Amino acid sequence: MNVQSNVTPELAAEHGLTPDEFARAVEILGRTPNMTELGIFSVMWSEHCSYKSSKKWLRTLPTEAPWVICGPGENAGVIDIGHGLAAIFKMESHNHPSYIEPYQGAATGVGGILRDVFTMGARPIANLNALRFGSPDHPKTRHLVSGVVAGIGGYGNCIGVPTVGGECTFHSSYDGNILVNAMTVGIAATDRIFYAEAAGVGNPVIYVGSKTGRDGIHGATMASTEFDDQSDKKRPTVQVGDPFTEKLLLEACLELMATDTIVAIQDMGAAGLTSSSFEMASRGGMGIDLDLDEVPMRETGMSAYDLMLSESQERMLIVLKAGREDDARAIFEKWELDFAVIGRLTESGRMVLKMGGEVVANLPVAPLAEAAPEYDRPHRQTPARPEMLASDIVPKMSIKDALLTLIAAPDLCSKRWIWEQYDHMVMADTVARPGGDAAVIRIYDSNRALAITTDCTPRYVAADPVEGGKQAVAECWRNLTATGARPLAITDCLNFGSPEREDVMGQFVGAISGIGEAARSLDFPIVSGNVSFYNETNGKAVQPTPAIGGVGLIDNLDHTAHIGLDKPNLAVIAVGATTGHLGASIYLREIGGSENGAPPRVDLAAERRNGEFVQTKISSGTVSICHDVSDGGIAVALAEMVMAGGNGVTLSVSDTADHGWWFGEDQGRYILAVDQSAGQKLISDAQEANVPARQIGVSGGEVLELGREGAISITSLREAAERWLATYMDA
Amino acid sequence: MKAAVIVFPGSNCDRDLKVALTQSMGKQPAMVWHRDTTLPEVDLIAVPGGFSYGDYLRSGAMAAHSPIMKEVVRFAQRGVAILGICNGFQVLTEAGLLPGVLMRNHNLKFVCKDVFLRVDQNDTVFSSGYTAEQIIRIPVAHHDGNYFIDADGHAQLEDERRIAFRYCDETGSISDTANPNGSLSNIAGVLDPSRRILGMMPHPERLSDPMLGGNDGRAMFDSLISSIS
Repeated sequence: MNVQSNVTPELAAEHGLTPDEFARAVEILGRTPNMTELGIFSVMWSEHCSYKSSKKWLRTLPTEAPWVICGPGENAGVIDIGHGLAAIFKMESHNHPSYIEPYQGAATGVGGILRDVFTMGARPIANLNALRFGSPDHPKTRHLVSGVVAGIGGYGNCIGVPTVGGECTFHSSYDGNILVNAMTVGIAATDRIFYAEAAGVGNPVIYVGSKTGRDGIHGATMASTEFDDQSDKKRPTVQVGDPFTEKLLLEACLELMATDTIVAIQDMGAAGLTSSSFEMASRGGMGIDLDLDEVPMRETGMSAYDLMLSESQERMLIVLKAGREDDARAIFEKWELDFAVIGRLTESGRMVLKMGGEVVANLPVAPLAEAAPEYDRPHRQTPARPEMLASDIVPKMSIKDALLTLIAAPDLCSKRWIWEQYDHMVMADTVARPGGDAAVIRIYDSNRALAITTDCTPRYVAADPVEGGKQAVAECWRNLTATGARPLAITDCLNFGSPEREDVMGQFVGAISGIGEAARSLDFPIVSGNVSFYNETNGKAVQPTPAIGGVGLIDNLDHTAHIGLDKPNLAVIAVGATTGHLGASIYLREIGGSENGAPPRVDLAAERRNGEFVQTKISSGTVSICHDVSDGGIAVALAEMVMAGGNGVTLSVSDTADHGWWFGEDQGRYILAVDQSAGQKLISDAQEANVPARQIGVSGGEVLELGREGAISITSLREAAERWLATYMDA
Repeated sequence: MKAAVIVFPGSNCDRDLKVALTQSMGKQPAMVWHRDTTLPEVDLIAVPGGFSYGDYLRSGAMAAHSPIMKEVVRFAQRGVAILGICNGFQVLTEAGLLPGVLMRNHNLKFVCKDVFLRVDQNDTVFSSGYTAEQIIRIPVAHHDGNYFIDADGHAQLEDERRIAFRYCDETGSISDTANPNGSLSNIAGVLDPSRRILGMMPHPERLSDPMLGGNDGRAMFDSLISSIS
């Protein structure tokens, strides 16, 4: 090849490589990289692809359990769910593109995470989305909500995978950087899981799916830098999704996977052909010779640089067993998708790219993929905040008015406007629809189910990253438990500001430590995930948001719980200790106008004890109505149960109960409802298990009767909860 | 009874329909690929929901020209029962087997939720298991469900009692607030003149199992079995 290069350190800097990294690239090659090679270095060593700032800390997370088949490092995590089946899942961010072009950014986020899951052999069965938007008053927020929701629906509805849950909250820290985290869960046979490890010298490297265009070039690099006022100009780096083609690709891949022709398979996501080819080669210790002239192209005149860096969607790279090309080709032709042999595996350990009869790049695989830079960035611990007592906070309104205000607030109100735009029932296995603690999705052709949820309370993480990290995991575990599921494993999507700032890096280090501690205590390992740094604009970072996606297993669908109080005369029982913690609570923010205070502590031993008690009572068939207590405390939890089930509650509350009792966010709590005849037995069983439990009311009637605080009709509650989002979006 | 489900590229309710049919029939329907040119001998052809060809041109427009559709039309002429659900309804209108068009929902948004339907015609092979004017609850999930037909066509549908289902509220009242997509006269499903072809936007196959929160769709599949076999 022509080793003349016009690449300068300045050009390298424009590609996001630091002077040290560029020097390292030159050292690895023994010469100055050419333009194509520079592009490859730049994406492979971007924060997004290399995890160079986070790797050191991610290694500390617990990733193993007897039921974990494959932990982090593959396209998605894999766990054993019995009966010869595995659940395969992951959550990933698509924040930067979604801010610049909300419809396509969100749509391709969904498309990308779906591919990560079906590339491993799973049929996707559920999508979830954790969304964070800026203040409702910010001029861009409505447009972003509208575009993101339409984009998620546009993709998921068309491909026919139900979108069954997630979160949507608002805070001014996201004004310039929204968060769009998409999670997919799929199911595969445990003996038919496909990995991305290339093997077998001479085996063909196959390109399938859509043609390659110039869209998305440098998407991964964009996601590895903060925004400034010029960020709107990055629109051309956002990819365009085609869910119809993805549906064909899904069916074609699953059909191919039913044969025994595949050696390795990986989707082309961030950094496209570059990262898929390098990662497959690297995992298998192989080299690849690629003939770029064979890559199906959407337009003429594309360079090697364009082809290697394009993030065109709906593409897969497959290593086939030699000689099986025609069998595979027939399947892709049936589905009218491109199929091209673009290279062969070699034992050289090098990626050799040819185009127009010439070698246009020649790079060693291992140093790029594995010996990527790794940084131990300076970090500063977040200063501890003072504990705040409920008695220190002056109530600004009555309990009744505060409750009506809270359930109408943007973060707690009904998200019906969103989820009615998502097909949440296609595949006809959605047992618990959006709006409960977790989605419950039946495992096809069985009486078992997966419970799935995403959780994070960013205001806690901002207040205390360690406790906030613990809480995100604990709440996820609790939401699964509240359906009667046994929580099995999590995926994490860690959204932070710039790691080059010590305070942000301190938040990250703290959150990882909390997540790790909770995951170990709850036997709830992390099997996949994604880090998204640089969520900041002009030096202002988002609240630290480590979103946790959890999966649990329900062994018998006849014994699950839902949140609706759908019968009168039930004993309503609170489980877990209530101290009335209001620091960093949503009550303090929405009613008190303050974001101060330390967040509630998570007592992981109590969390586990209380949760296991509740889960046992549900799975044994004793309890079928259960709701976890989280944002807004007991009052909001009760209101949600009343609205969902259509029966009121008459509470018997001590006259000394203050706003801390009603709205405090102490952790490890649930509200259960059982026949009154069974109430006393449940409470004594709890006491025996060292789990605090007491009856707080009886269900029935048309109102939520708040003791001496007065009553609110179910109609008024529903009107309050349903009002805000629809009014805001249709204004 | 023997049934076939047509599968287009982009169909995504084909499996759901297979499950619901199998539950009622006790045996599986044939799954027929759109590029096939012959159909097995069947008593019912079901055209499923989804996004055939991505709905990129006009919902159902490309699928109506798939090779298998010639065979579907031929079977229709012989009086074989045909059920089109959601995208299947759109395909049947585009193929000329049913009158009218399905336009974009009046609020321009995709809508997925349970709706109530009034069974306006229960003297068909699809609906004999329902009582006259029974109120049933099943879901819709579509972007283009806003049924429209010109005044003459509408009058003809009314005169010939070919409006099978209308959107209503829980009490059976036909109102704008109960209409999820702006369809003319709250029309949710229509019949052809032979009453052997039904197109409907709501999905009976999605609530044919109490575990999923309702069973009102089941009677449609049971009706087909008892009417045809």
